[in-house]
Amino acid sequence: MVDYLLILVSTILVNNFVLVQFLGLCPFMGVSNKLETAMGMSLATTFVLTLSSVCSYLTYEFILEPLDITYLKTISFILVIAVVVQFTEMFVRKASPVLYKVLGVFLPLITTNCAVLGVALLNIKKENDFIESVFYGFGAAVGFSLVLVLFAAMRERIAVSDVPVPFQGAAIGMITAGLMSLAFMGFTGLVTL
Amino acid sequence: MTLLTAILALVGLALIFGAILGFASIRYKVEGNPIVDQIDALLPQTQCGQCSYPGCKPYAEAIANGEKINKCPPGGESTINALADLLGVEPEPLDAEHGEESVTKVAVIREDECIGCTKCIQACPVDAILGAAKQMHTVIASECTGCDLCVEPCPVDCIDMVPVAPTVQTWSWEQPVTPAELVQAKNDNLIITDKGRGEAA
Repeated sequence: MVDYLLILVSTILVNNFVLVQFLGLCPFMGVSNKLETAMGMSLATTFVLTLSSVCSYLTYEFILEPLDITYLKTISFILVIAVVVQFTEMFVRKASPVLYKVLGVFLPLITTNCAVLGVALLNIKKENDFIESVFYGFGAAVGFSLVLVLFAAMRERIAVSDVPVPFQGAAIGMITAGLMSLAFMGFTGLVTL
Repeated sequence: MTLLTAILALVGLALIFGAILGFASIRYKVEGNPIVDQIDALLPQTQCGQCSYPGCKPYAEAIANGEKINKCPPGGESTINALADLLGVEPEPLDAEHGEESVTKVAVIREDECIGCTKCIQACPVDAILGAAKQMHTVIASECTGCDLCVEPCPVDCIDMVPVAPTVQTWSWEQPVTPAELVQAKNDNLIITDKGRGEAA
């Protein structure tokens, strides 16, 4: 049990996918202008990331490894992720139009989120077992959501503050992201896995 | 041999996934385009055609296909903001080409002047005018959307557009100031900040 808790702490804070491993930066900069959309994106990513982490683990364990074709893992994981995203979109659209409305355009966008592929590949590299993969994917998603929501909240404040002209827009966003990344470095060494 | 296994495995994987998606697309089929309904729900439903589309639903379909969101004068700024919010785009000022925003109005027929020509009945997009040939017409105020379309065809100009006074049911508080408006106000120097203090002194 402690192991799983450590995985969560590790992925959310210490090895945060966005601010420490620099994966999934495109949605981090792209959809952080409004808090509401950031939350929608976080929800969608959490769902897809956890699910695709599990599915790609199963694909690796039961198809790629027995056939000794593990060198095809990148392409098959992309296949798995694309299918998971598509299937989720169809299912959510039918089952819960409200949730579909909240997630909106972000659901298909997740296919191209590098953090999703990153989690799948890191699972294999770290030789996580099934339960560990679930926690690893979920933790990565929660970490992504945490910094995305924090960052969006900050950008909303920055938008109404007195920013010097050369720093307005994306520039101040980049600087803020850099400072956040520095802050997250404070967690280094808290947990080693 | 390994090459063959690899190809077969990937093809097999792709086939399975294709089958799952194919099954899902039939099993979870959704009728219609939900985004069109959502856009349509935000439009004022005046069916006035000022956007150059025959009604609100066709305009909603056009927006879903990439048409601009600032062509609806009856909805005005609040509709544009709601659409921008829904579609995740920047709100734009109302396109003046399609008319200007005005207060909510309702058509009223001066009944003693009406000659019963039925031209306004044919023009009304929401069937809010009641009457028959050679009979006096009148407007059902609760159905009228205030679209102006009946004013033009009337040969004796007996239709007035009267602003609707707010009632206890329709009155609402003014919207609070949004951050975007605050920025605008600040740029217009309506709010005092530290920025201009040195220059002013």
